[in-house]
Amino acid sequence: MTSADNLQAFKRDGRIVVVGASLAGLRAAEALRNEGFTGSLTMIGDELGEPYDRPPLSKQVLTGWVPAGGTKLPRRRDIDAEWLLGVPAGGLDLATNHVLLTDGRKIPFDRVLISTGVRARPWFVESEAALDGVFIVRTREHAEGLQRALAAGPSRVLVIGAGFTGSEIASICRERNIPVTVAELAPAPLVGALGAMIGEVAADMQRAHGVDLRCGVKVTQLEGDAQGRLRRAHFDDGSTVDADVAVVALGGIRNTEWLRDSGLAAGVWGIACDTGCRALDLNGLVTDDIFAAGDVARCPNPIYEYRLISLEHWANAVEQAEVAAHNMVSGQADRWPHLCLPVFWSIQFGVNIKSVGVPTFADEVVVTQGSVPDHRFVAAYGYRGRVTAAVSFDNAKWLDHYRRLIETAAPFPPPCPTPDQPADMKPVPVDFPGPVLLAQGATVVVTGHDPSERRVTAAYQHR
Amino acid sequence: MTTTETPDTLRRILDYSSRADPYPLYAELRKTPVAQQEDGSYVISTYRELADILHNPHLSSDSRNLSHPTAGAEEQTTPAFINLDPPEHDRLRRLAMRHFGPPHTPGLVTGMEGALTAAVSSLIDDFAGKEQIDIVDDFAYPFPVTVICHLLGVPREDEPRFHLWVNDLINSIDYNPKTDPKEKLDKGVQARKDLHQYLGGLLDQRHGRPGDDLLSRLANDDGPDGRMTDEEIVATANLLLIAGHETTVNLITNGMLTLLRHPQVLQRLCGEPDLVVPLVEELLRYEPPVHIIPWRAAYSDITVAGTVIPKGSRIMLMLASGSRDPNRFHDPDRFDPDRRDNQHLGFGSGIHLCFGGPLARRETQIALSELVRRLDRPRLVADPPPYRRSPVLRGPIHLHIEQGDG
Amino acid sequence: MRVVVDLSRCEGYAQCAFLAPDAFRMHGEEALMYDPNPDDARREQVLRAAAACPVQAILVDQLEGRDAPAEASPS
Repeated sequence: MTSADNLQAFKRDGRIVVVGASLAGLRAAEALRNEGFTGSLTMIGDELGEPYDRPPLSKQVLTGWVPAGGTKLPRRRDIDAEWLLGVPAGGLDLATNHVLLTDGRKIPFDRVLISTGVRARPWFVESEAALDGVFIVRTREHAEGLQRALAAGPSRVLVIGAGFTGSEIASICRERNIPVTVAELAPAPLVGALGAMIGEVAADMQRAHGVDLRCGVKVTQLEGDAQGRLRRAHFDDGSTVDADVAVVALGGIRNTEWLRDSGLAAGVWGIACDTGCRALDLNGLVTDDIFAAGDVARCPNPIYEYRLISLEHWANAVEQAEVAAHNMVSGQADRWPHLCLPVFWSIQFGVNIKSVGVPTFADEVVVTQGSVPDHRFVAAYGYRGRVTAAVSFDNAKWLDHYRRLIETAAPFPPPCPTPDQPADMKPVPVDFPGPVLLAQGATVVVTGHDPSERRVTAAYQHR
Repeated sequence: MTTTETPDTLRRILDYSSRADPYPLYAELRKTPVAQQEDGSYVISTYRELADILHNPHLSSDSRNLSHPTAGAEEQTTPAFINLDPPEHDRLRRLAMRHFGPPHTPGLVTGMEGALTAAVSSLIDDFAGKEQIDIVDDFAYPFPVTVICHLLGVPREDEPRFHLWVNDLINSIDYNPKTDPKEKLDKGVQARKDLHQYLGGLLDQRHGRPGDDLLSRLANDDGPDGRMTDEEIVATANLLLIAGHETTVNLITNGMLTLLRHPQVLQRLCGEPDLVVPLVEELLRYEPPVHIIPWRAAYSDITVAGTVIPKGSRIMLMLASGSRDPNRFHDPDRFDPDRRDNQHLGFGSGIHLCFGGPLARRETQIALSELVRRLDRPRLVADPPPYRRSPVLRGPIHLHIEQGDG
Repeated sequence: MRVVVDLSRCEGYAQCAFLAPDAFRMHGEEALMYDPNPDDARREQVLRAAAACPVQAILVDQLEGRDAPAEASPS
């Protein structure tokens, strides 16, 4: 697809398949039509029903305010697509340009967008995961089940994992006046994403709201009764807690298994792509017709030394969808890079937590505005003397200023005072727990000697 | 950055002769997004730069952070939150918001709809038999004043007294020691004193007497942040009285003027009542009630569009110019109620975003809807109408219209 | 009616919670919780809230229920 004529013909009569019919897929489809793509558009999704929004599932839905089925995404325009829903994709054949569905159907395409997202990491013991009262939260069915369980008035809820989702669920339990225990392997909640200083604040908030927070412990066993209902959890320190509901909030698994034999650079860490959302093949060469967007995409970010970063953020899905869609129907010279800074939010214990940038890309953190004890503040993150991220607690109106500091590589710590700067403003080490091992051992093997014959092959591990 | 032409442009903008149409001068001003003036102050006039600086934590609203504070009317013993920085600003605004809006009083504005509609209807009923109507005196002034008096708990019959004070006060906001008679400033200072004393007297009566009005609730309610001091309550009430008084009148009047200048939009509004919602947003962009934030202070050095504004500098923010910036808004001088992505600066932005914005919106939406519905072929008597002095809170002093066969 | 708020844009101005308090609620001082499927009876209020958002973060469905996908049955 090199000449302008070919591009015009493609925009008019081409075939685009979007695999993954959630937020990123829907927004990309709308953007494709906005860009003037009039060819055939096929939406493939493993869940039945229209695309829906997920963030409310761990918030408004669990409070009982909003029914789980009530989060269907509003449409910005008609997308005139063929929807193939309820059947997951099982493979991608790049030799003949077909998406293979698990029911045997083959869907041809000229260009494909992969936005298959992530799924919740299940409890590691299948029989325990199957107990009545053990939940994960990713789909609306999950949220509906958990909401019903919370509404039934459980004696205690155990939340396993104090990341953002786990902390939000704990917050809702307290709002509903349900006793809740939170178990976290790290020394504090949110510490993996935001570091030790913020982790301490988060721990403080949880305890102030009556959460039984247990950090530095691992849940080793979920024990059921004779009827197959959860009744107790065992910790690695020998202690136990009686609970009739457990929520497993241990993060997500990227849905890339179906790409195993596709020849794309896809693995547990996502699908590697360039900033234009074009997928890389196994050798790290950029492809022309395969694009990725959303939670599953792993893009380089120039601000962070071109490191490949995958983000499970709402805004990231939206922005990448726009960029991918634009690039799918544009010539090389008109392509856009995806250069937005990550923005993230979480609502818990009555506080609005927002972040901009990549907090894990930092060695120091300093509170620049407000008061930590009041849980109203902004903290800036720095890496080797420049600002790389910021986090606000109920201070979102200032965050845009920090975005600009990051984008302009402004010095860290920020040298100029603000009226609400804390008296004891001093950078402290950011202190993340050791690197999380996403995949153990090698994921690829390189073969060949001559530059013309050196190639990568995938080496899959048993997980 | 140049300093050669813009000082003159600013002078011409502030000059009364340009009040009816300052927009071409704003366009001139925008050629220099950050312009230093002869007196060392800075003027910012472009959208991006305004939006940025309104989110910049180094921009102070506290006149004590100016290196050369003028002995102007902005000097007060107890400033209201509009003239304070965090954390004091945040605390006082939170305390006031407890009784005005979410999260503690979310239904207040929607709960007032019936009263707003009734007040509007009654004023329009009084048009009957009049050959000429002054949209300002007969409608756009009395309506929001009634509303803010009711909300605050200020007796409506005292209006003639505080109307004079508020006028003197507003006139002194843009006091320029070089060109204005000292009397203008003195009157403003005296008016502020009188108004404070008046509100203080009302407040004294409210202590220990819980009631639904804002003064009573501020005087008696204790939240997690504690209670405002009497001085703080008076400063807050003073701010809300002036703002609720002097801005909505302009928004409604500018709205009627703009509709009469765009008869096809007026016609559409008759058949499409929902149009009033985006229309008022466009009005806030196209003919906003507050044109200028007369001063803010650089708390520390601030870099805007490559210009370093040194600590202590006085900064003037030309909000109405920003909302007409062609680099942000397509065809900005066109009044287009269908405009999308209308992120105007009509109510400012950042932590000082207009406190009463939601009320002002509903007042204006209801006022314009009812005017358009009930007036019979309204026509402007004079275009442009006569304007009030202030370049800051800009609007007609009278807007005479004829209707029917008159 | 379907609504989604881009909470990464939201700065907690609460204008929506003033104008459509049944559909938009503040959770604490700054965090917004909203009903993504408010009753059609609230339509006017929700449209006012969306128009008033200072960061234009509220998206209301433009299709009004058209274009619902045919739910494919696994076959």
